[in-house]
Amino acid sequence: MISVAFRTLLYKEMLRFWKVSFQTVAAPVLTSVLYLMIFGHVLEGRLQPFEGVSYTSFLIPGLVMMSVLQNAFANSSSSLIQSKINGNIIFVLLPPISYREFYAAYVLAAIVRGVVVGLGVWLASLIFTWTGVAHPLWALTFVLLGGAILGTLGVVAGIWADKFDQLGAFQNFLIMPLTMLSGVFYSIHSLPAFWQQISHLNPFFFMIDGFRYGVFGQSDASPWLSLAIVGGAWLVLTALSLQMLRRGYKLRG
Amino acid sequence: MSLTDMPAIRVRGAVKHFADVHALAGVDLDIRQGEFFGLLGPNGAGKTTLISALAGLLRLTDGAISVMGHDVVRDYRRARAVLGVVPQELVFDPFFSVRELLRIQSGYFGIRGNDDWIDELLASLDLTAKADTNMRQLSGGMKRRVLVAQALVHKPPVIVLDEPTAGVDVELRQTLWAFIRKLNEAGHTIVLTTHYLEEAEALCGRIAMLKAGRVVALDSTPNILGRVSHHALKLRVAGLSGLPAALAALGAVLQADSLEIPFASHSQLEGLLAAVREAGAEVLEVEIATPDLEQAFVQIMQGASS
Ligand SMILES: Nc1ncnc2c1ncn2[C@@H]1O[C@H](COP(=O)(O)OP(=O)(O)OP(=O)(O)O)[C@@H](O)[C@H]1O
Ligand SMILES: [Mg+2]
Repeated sequence: MISVAFRTLLYKEMLRFWKVSFQTVAAPVLTSVLYLMIFGHVLEGRLQPFEGVSYTSFLIPGLVMMSVLQNAFANSSSSLIQSKINGNIIFVLLPPISYREFYAAYVLAAIVRGVVVGLGVWLASLIFTWTGVAHPLWALTFVLLGGAILGTLGVVAGIWADKFDQLGAFQNFLIMPLTMLSGVFYSIHSLPAFWQQISHLNPFFFMIDGFRYGVFGQSDASPWLSLAIVGGAWLVLTALSLQMLRRGYKLRG
Repeated sequence: MSLTDMPAIRVRGAVKHFADVHALAGVDLDIRQGEFFGLLGPNGAGKTTLISALAGLLRLTDGAISVMGHDVVRDYRRARAVLGVVPQELVFDPFFSVRELLRIQSGYFGIRGNDDWIDELLASLDLTAKADTNMRQLSGGMKRRVLVAQALVHKPPVIVLDEPTAGVDVELRQTLWAFIRKLNEAGHTIVLTTHYLEEAEALCGRIAMLKAGRVVALDSTPNILGRVSHHALKLRVAGLSGLPAALAALGAVLQADSLEIPFASHSQLEGLLAAVREAGAEVLEVEIATPDLEQAFVQIMQGASS
């Protein structure tokens, strides 16, 4: 049922980031560890977003999830734009790979990269503090869905962008603000009412909040609401990217 | 239509517009199974555009193409499975070694454990020594050979090569052609574009000439050659002051001491030489000029623009 073509494309996409794992895994883990050290040190004791949870502990799942999201996006988007600009995209366009297999392979590889980096951040965080996981299944669900959403967004952006700076714009003006305003570093309850409302329009907030529920058993929003919103966002983006791939948008002029 | 009557490639009313550029302006073409077919034309004629449409790399504005009976849009998976394309641009994936790349490419076509054929490809293309070298460390000609190997991992019945010998040294060009010929003899249909006309002349059974997105000539290679130029008997002669009427009637041209007489068949030669002698000329040197594709090409292209 699972075709050799799909498995090969998935394998190739994973091998691609694994071969340069210093840059694709080690570097983002280090960045997150720096955030954890600096923000944790500066803000520990000043902020306590959740009852009975230290600020550093609160920060960890936010950073883990942020790593999952950013790296999932980076994987599919950079792979696509690089092979488009290099021209070697034709090697995946010439074979009889269906557009669904194409989508699944790129998104799954993106999830894998996100999870590997997220796991790295989590392992590194154990140096600072031990955080148990209250509801592993919820935590896993949000990690996988978050990775899938950003992996899919990476497919969309990678197909749409013609140049690296267009992809950079996508990253800097969409992905970064949405991530930063999603409550990685703070609980949205500490925001003024207006910004709380705005945050509720941001699907990234629900990915991170849902994951925090998985870790702490407490969250700003109900995990079911988060699941509905995150799941819905994923379905919409999946439909969009499948449509782009089916039509050959920008890939098959 | 029986299986062998079905053309390897069928192009019907192919039109492709890029904004106001009409890269293909209505192309109809049938390429039979087992043919060694040449697609010629000047830069920008639309050769690569046609090949890209055939390979599903771009969509036609109008018209349809099928490969081995499979429509390249509706039945794209079957069409792509029977097609191998060597692209004109020297593209490569910088992350992998030659062998890794060929294994991956095999996988895309649903083939696992393809190492025997990969080894054969590497040997035939003189790449065995570079099997474990990263693509970035290959020379241009070697990268081109890897492109050929990549197109052949799935032993496609229809093989399209878009200028495969650009930048490949002479020795390797020979090796490459020997290999492609062998594939053709084994039944693979070969479509080739090249700007080396002697190459097309030596290899191709039939030729289509494309200009500004249209087919301006389509015929067997001998017919293409015969249509626009003939054999010619080229003589250096003494004893002629002007062109005798008997020779002029044969279409002969005299320039200083060189006399050129066109002919269609070698059986005419004796008669021509006799006529020259009867006209009172003494033959000093003899040369027989055979038609070449270059002349034919130039004449057809000039004819097409008038
Ligand atoms: N992606 C594109 N966008 C716009 N115009 C294009 C594109 N691809 C090709 N063209 C135009 O279409 C025409 C045909 O180009 P094509 O590449 O098919 O020529 P060709 O016969 O392969 O030439 P060459 O011998 O130089 O390879 C040219 O005028 C070219 O500029
Ligand atoms: Mg071309």
